[in-house]
Amino acid sequence: MDVLAQSVASGLLLGLILALSAAGLTLIWGVMDVVNFAHGDFLMLGMYATFFAWSFFGVDPLIALPGVVIVLGLVGAVVYLAVIRPVLRGSVLAQIFATFGLGILLRGLAQFFFTPQFRQVGETISSGGVVLGPVAVGRPQVVAAVGALIVTLLLFGLLDRTTIGTALRATAEDRVAAELMGIDTARMYALSWVIGAGCVGAAGALLATYYPIFPDVGAVFGLLAFITVALGGFGSVGGAMLAGVLLGVVTDVAGILVDPVYKFAIAYSLYLVVLFVRPQGLLGRA
Amino acid sequence: MIRWLPLVALAAALAYPLVLGSPAAINIGVLVLLYATLGTAWNILGGYAGQVSFGHAVFFGTGAYTSTLLLQHLGLTPWLGMLAGAAVAAALALVVGYPTFRLAGHYFAIATIVVGEIAHTLVRSSDVVGGARGLFLPILPTALINYQFQETRVPYYFVALALYALALAVTLLIERRRIGYYLRAIREDQAAARSVGVSVPRYKLAAGAVSAALTALCGTFYAQYVLFIDADSVFPLSLSILVALVAILGGAGRAYGPFLGACILVPLSELTRIQFGGTGRGADLVIYGALIVLVSVAQPGGLAAAGDGLTRRLARAS
Repeated sequence: MDVLAQSVASGLLLGLILALSAAGLTLIWGVMDVVNFAHGDFLMLGMYATFFAWSFFGVDPLIALPGVVIVLGLVGAVVYLAVIRPVLRGSVLAQIFATFGLGILLRGLAQFFFTPQFRQVGETISSGGVVLGPVAVGRPQVVAAVGALIVTLLLFGLLDRTTIGTALRATAEDRVAAELMGIDTARMYALSWVIGAGCVGAAGALLATYYPIFPDVGAVFGLLAFITVALGGFGSVGGAMLAGVLLGVVTDVAGILVDPVYKFAIAYSLYLVVLFVRPQGLLGRA
Repeated sequence: MIRWLPLVALAAALAYPLVLGSPAAINIGVLVLLYATLGTAWNILGGYAGQVSFGHAVFFGTGAYTSTLLLQHLGLTPWLGMLAGAAVAAALALVVGYPTFRLAGHYFAIATIVVGEIAHTLVRSSDVVGGARGLFLPILPTALINYQFQETRVPYYFVALALYALALAVTLLIERRRIGYYLRAIREDQAAARSVGVSVPRYKLAAGAVSAALTALCGTFYAQYVLFIDADSVFPLSLSILVALVAILGGAGRAYGPFLGACILVPLSELTRIQFGGTGRGADLVIYGALIVLVSVAQPGGLAAAGDGLTRRLARAS
């Protein structure tokens, strides 16, 4: 029983980070119908930025987080202007092709400049352990999950309560109508990339406090982020949150109850089962 | 002049191994044709019917494992094993396709990734099919019936060429028949296609089964060519993605598109790997990725669209 509670707790903690990285992906998709297949590699960049802030300047990952968000936001802006805007006139397939190529390029660059070596951030202000009744978890995991939850809620607030958020949602809803209302939709596109990449940068900074950092780290997380987004319903930030937590818990519980080998396969099957019942995802619009 | 292009291409393809006889050149030729065939098979479902799959490695792996297991356990010639693999893959496509074809757009694409990863995990961890160790094919004397050619790789080149010709013929046949129009109608507007009486599920399933069967043929070919298979070489997501990229780069929904895509992508990835891969620092990935981004930014419609512009200009000039 304790083992089960333990795996539910660790799954929940990972799920919240998954939810944050998926929220960035789903925002971009919702606003402009583009799926960023380099999203996992953005996460990798966020993790490296955090690591170098720590190793070169001794900046704690949690202190570096706002800086990492800004750096990744800039990366998002550059990627939008240099790669995404030109392929918007092409088909969806061209966009898939471009973002896949971008992912390979980023991974190659990371390997070239940072070497394939595994890196790990050492002692941080969140190091230590937490014991809650029968459950013992690492403090970095708890801090990272709480941080991810806060950033996701901030994103919610931004989308729900501010003028910019309303403009973003209007663009997602109906581009032409939004333009007629005087919204500069081209700017909203760029903004969705800045915010989306910033979110995944925050997730990277939080994850870097306890997870090893290497050029391919985005592969598994990127795939999980996609499944999270689709499971929650494309374009729905709330759905991404629900799906992230669900996937995190199912993965870890399946690892305990069945066999660690099958934990991802079982979490993936959950996607198929849910989509069979609800083809538009948990909270997606039909 | 345009009319003679396919014949010129055929002559060039037949002459290729005779002119460039080095093992490395033959290997690249084989890989180009293999990926051209895979891309052409993918194109039937992904390009014509517009159902973008990132899980075609499942059918590739099914073909490779079916013929190899039949060869190992029953001594069945891989030629028959290849047909068995195609049949199994087609059946699998129907079973998997039935629930997943209901999903729209990206939901479908992600579902194919999920199915591929589940299959990958199952094959890698089940000892009945060799598990993580993989399967070594028995080395047999060179003979057509054995589907093995040890002294020279040239026969493999011609087998690959025949497979490509088959996939292309099937595509051209589909393109000109009613099913081809139905598939394109489904791609353009599923609701409109349904409203004029096209049975959407039936034609998606048909396209999926044909696409899967052709992909499985390539799986058997790969097993016979490399003589070793494991889950990571015939079931990985990266293979599924490469197959889709070959078709997309060339021009999805165009009969000759995947061949163009394979002609560019395969030598590019091989050459960058040979030239820059030895550094172990990923320079090959940098160049490969950068070129993919450049091509898609410069030519979002795929190479076949660029070819259209060229053809028009040529036609006007003549």
